[in-house]
Amino acid sequence: MNDKVISFPILADYNTPIKFMIEKMTNYEVRLSPKMTKNTLEIGSKYSPDYACLPFKYTLGNYIETLENGANVIMQAGGGCRFGYYFELQKQILSDLGYNFEFYSLTESDVNGISSIYKTLKNLNPNIKRVRYLYYLLLTFLMIYYMDKLDMYIRKNVGFEINKGSFDRVKKSMLTKFSKTRGFLDLIKTYYYYRKKFKNIALDKPKNCLKVGIVGELYTSMEPHSSYFIERELANMNVEVTRYTNVTFLLITKRFKEKYYLRKIKKYCKFTMGADAMDNVARAKILIKKGYDGIIHIKPFGCVPEIGAMKVLENLCDDEKIPIMFLTFDTNTSELGIKTRLEAFHDMLLMRRGNEK
Amino acid sequence: MNNKITIGIPRALLYYKYNVLWQSFFKELGIDTLISPETNYEILENGKKNTMSEACLSMKIYVGHVDYLKDKVDYILVPRIVSLEKGMKLCTNFSALYDILNNTFDINILNYNIDVDKGITEELAFIKMGQELGFGKILSLNAYKAAKKEEYKQNKINYLLQEKRLNRNKTKVLLVCHTYNSNDNLVGKLVTDNLKEFGVDVIYADIINPDGDRLLYKNISKALYWTYNQELLNSIEEYKDKVDGIIFLSTFPCGPDSLVNEMCSHKIDKKMITILIDELSTIEGLQTRLESFIDILRKDRFYE
Repeated sequence: MNDKVISFPILADYNTPIKFMIEKMTNYEVRLSPKMTKNTLEIGSKYSPDYACLPFKYTLGNYIETLENGANVIMQAGGGCRFGYYFELQKQILSDLGYNFEFYSLTESDVNGISSIYKTLKNLNPNIKRVRYLYYLLLTFLMIYYMDKLDMYIRKNVGFEINKGSFDRVKKSMLTKFSKTRGFLDLIKTYYYYRKKFKNIALDKPKNCLKVGIVGELYTSMEPHSSYFIERELANMNVEVTRYTNVTFLLITKRFKEKYYLRKIKKYCKFTMGADAMDNVARAKILIKKGYDGIIHIKPFGCVPEIGAMKVLENLCDDEKIPIMFLTFDTNTSELGIKTRLEAFHDMLLMRRGNEK
Repeated sequence: MNNKITIGIPRALLYYKYNVLWQSFFKELGIDTLISPETNYEILENGKKNTMSEACLSMKIYVGHVDYLKDKVDYILVPRIVSLEKGMKLCTNFSALYDILNNTFDINILNYNIDVDKGITEELAFIKMGQELGFGKILSLNAYKAAKKEEYKQNKINYLLQEKRLNRNKTKVLLVCHTYNSNDNLVGKLVTDNLKEFGVDVIYADIINPDGDRLLYKNISKALYWTYNQELLNSIEEYKDKVDGIIFLSTFPCGPDSLVNEMCSHKIDKKMITILIDELSTIEGLQTRLESFIDILRKDRFYE
């Protein structure tokens, strides 16, 4: 085989740090799949089993597009719930379609995530040293952590910017800067520089704006395409949005917060309910305690743990008298339908506020 | 000893896997049990009413059974099982079962929790449950051990009966389907009753040899980590040369099945059909599909 071209499925803006990490560690070219479109999902669902969950279809679509584009090594993160089994079936489907490629799941070779990624990358680049690997891994983690921190701020304020698109512009330039990071000091400097820049963006934010929290399945929450840009839609209605699901949470904080979360919702849950179900219930509770006006729960069709969480969330929101809306995304979900429901939800929240006064 | 209590066991989901274990455990301890009747349309209707519309059919049936039992018994047995072996998992429905039911009904739940990944084995879980019921450690442990022996015996008998069926000279079909579906009145029985009417012998993939090879599934799928699906794949590997065709039966929308059945269809070279049952399935449509599938199998046999 001639030179290797590595690719991985798109996950919102996390492309930048992941691309950075793989490039630094393997010295091969990384070619991302083309921008996600409706077509991605269409191709993906054509070759997927009927009632597989939606992320499976999106990522399969990603792979096919990127293989057409010239990539010949595919990497996938693997992980909990059904994600861990995706890679084997996707590999089978793709090779039955006649593609020639290598497929790596970062977490397949070992129970321990960090050493597993190391082993996988060692296949691609036998010269990689442990020190170099750890250095770049930490650098990438830090980058993701900073991104998530800034994203929280962006989500809260993007609906109130005076010049439309100023947040997007700054973010874009930040990502380009991040992808050229030279080291820890450089990264920290960049972070503070852009944090200042974000804080300096002119805002027109009323004190008592509507606040909505988004909880739900991780892929749908993080990849805006799969939720039909629900966050942007809400921002356009001048709503402050908070969502806690991000890569930092999945990789690091999840395991430390489990006990704390369980204690928070003792009344409703005794155990963790698989995947992020229990975490989402706890987060909904935290959001309600913080005075949010409404909760939106999003999930792809057929997400078993989240269906379990829905019943609990319903009870929780009934007791606290906070409106909650459940959105399910499927291959045939109409964008307009989602928009209508969001608008109705927004109007309802506004009316509730009026009644309280 | 405490007052006489009755424990309700819903005849759905894990019941079909553990009924012998549970019943002999409680019998050893001298506790009465009440088992809900076979699934009927009333139970399904009640289940549908009390679950989210997107939950899988097996879950709806389960909730229906609990609804039936809730006023008739003191406690309802609802286990929570995360993993039965290290590194393995069960469908997340089983880890959420307790909390879902607790949030649906106002009932007393008798619960035991198995999570081998975190060091809680079945034995410990049962001892803890026995203690909750007011029995000592040793008494519970002995009851568990006796029950486990009973369970092993029953499994072995089932397996030997199946072996006998395999040796008969009839058209044979392997039914790949979770235990809780293949034995259910409104899911598996629909299929197996029809097959028996056509004069076909049904080999159940969910009846496993308790002493058999547990790693056969690796031939089909190496990374599989759902225990129950692994057991099914083991059976496929064991029986596939002895049967004429394979039927994959699952309920809508079963998560693990959606991926694993697709994997099988890529890997196994055998006549197969995938049947998906939801709450609206009609019997007529099912009959037609089964009949034509059996006709194809018979035709092959004839020309050989």
